[in-house]
Amino acid sequence: MCLAIPGRILTIADDGELTRRGRVDFGGIVKEVSLAFVPEARVGDYVIVHVGVALSVVDEREAARVFEYLTEIEGLRELEVREPGPEGPGRQ
Amino acid sequence: MKFVQEFREGSAARRYARAIAAITTRPWTLMEVCGGQTHAILRFGIDRLLPPEITLIHGPGCPVCVTPLELIDKALAIARRPEVVFCSFGDMLRVPGSSGDLQGVKALGGDVRVVYSPLDAVALAQRLPEREVVFFAVGFETTAPANAMAVLRARSLGLRNFSILVAHVLVPPAMEAILASPRCRVQGFLAAGHVCTVTGYAGYDRLARTYRVPIVVTGFEPLDLLQGIYMCVRQLEEGRAEVENQYARSVRREGNTEAQRVMAEVFEVSDRQWRGIGEIPQSGLALRAPYRMFDAERRFGLTVRCAAEPAECIAGLVLQGVHTPPECPAFGTRCTPETPLGAPMVSAEGACAAYYRFRGPPEGRGRDGDYR
Ligand code: SF4
Repeated sequence: MCLAIPGRILTIADDGELTRRGRVDFGGIVKEVSLAFVPEARVGDYVIVHVGVALSVVDEREAARVFEYLTEIEGLRELEVREPGPEGPGRQ
Repeated sequence: MKFVQEFREGSAARRYARAIAAITTRPWTLMEVCGGQTHAILRFGIDRLLPPEITLIHGPGCPVCVTPLELIDKALAIARRPEVVFCSFGDMLRVPGSSGDLQGVKALGGDVRVVYSPLDAVALAQRLPEREVVFFAVGFETTAPANAMAVLRARSLGLRNFSILVAHVLVPPAMEAILASPRCRVQGFLAAGHVCTVTGYAGYDRLARTYRVPIVVTGFEPLDLLQGIYMCVRQLEEGRAEVENQYARSVRREGNTEAQRVMAEVFEVSDRQWRGIGEIPQSGLALRAPYRMFDAERRFGLTVRCAAEPAECIAGLVLQGVHTPPECPAFGTRCTPETPLGAPMVSAEGACAAYYRFRGPPEGRGRDGDYR
């Protein structure tokens, strides 16, 4: 029920506050979607869409953080392995 | 697809799993709140990637599962009326009421239609002025803004033949009810990412502080879940209980203020019965006075007597994370997706259905989607 998926905005038609809408491409399937809740969204942006309504614009920089974070924590573990602190490196 | 496939990458998932194992020194029990997350966890075998110390329990986060019998019965009564076109999301069609389900009403000639969006139901009402179009407004805070928008649209179009049967539930009061229960096993929460996309997460600070429980707003893809679990376990291991945001590509602290504004315009907070759990104060939504003409319950003047739930079903305990589905004596034997006893076996996002589909009946082995 709460699943929402990202799609890319192809076109925007803006004809009023609650009726701002666009055509959004979900990996090849194109649907018309309400963009009323994402006034900042532009053509080419990815939006998270739930039951025909876009709820957020995907922040591409933050999206990359999931992978950066992984590299960071792995780097951290290497540090710990080289110089164990007073509590030790935890389980290996 | 962009922002989907890369978050399912197997090698990164295994690296996250190793990182979690490396920091885990003690047993921890985490609850994911949203049924979509439960489904992804079982589908991708996330629980099997984790070190044995970490137990995932499944929360009440499936609006289909927690819609009380009484409301399903009201939906059935409305859908049986000859003048009505009853619109619903597909996953409500097979939820058992005390006298059958919507699918059965449809089979007997009722005009029950599956729509993708509440806005489709509004468009239908516009096209069929001689019929009464009713939309079954089920969902959490994720869905409520769309339903509020549908009501506003119907009003601006001057539609007199559109109404909604409101069955909305709110997530934070349910999390609090679980935390306040003496049977609570939850030590950390993975909060529902799409609910928070709408509401933001400032409201969770008090919960995290009061109950000393880390809350990590988490997305729905395998890497989101694994990162959310890592962040949660790290807090537990370090003795912290804070609100953190794993799903920052969609969730901002303040949420979607425009969606909140429209939701608050149309709906007000009300007490609410949860199927299998009971009443949770201030955990539902009702139409505000100026929008009551769109309230299907009023329009059709319903009085429905409430029948009891099947005694065998322990859905209430499953939904509160006290038991997992395989611990239910009926699981996979007397209760299957073909002959469900309770809603969590019906809904695609229900915990019982997710276990049945991805782990099979008792003694069954996992089938698809494992990373191992
Ligand atoms: S397995 Fe069936 S009977 Fe048991 S809790 Fe789940 S829905 Fe209810």
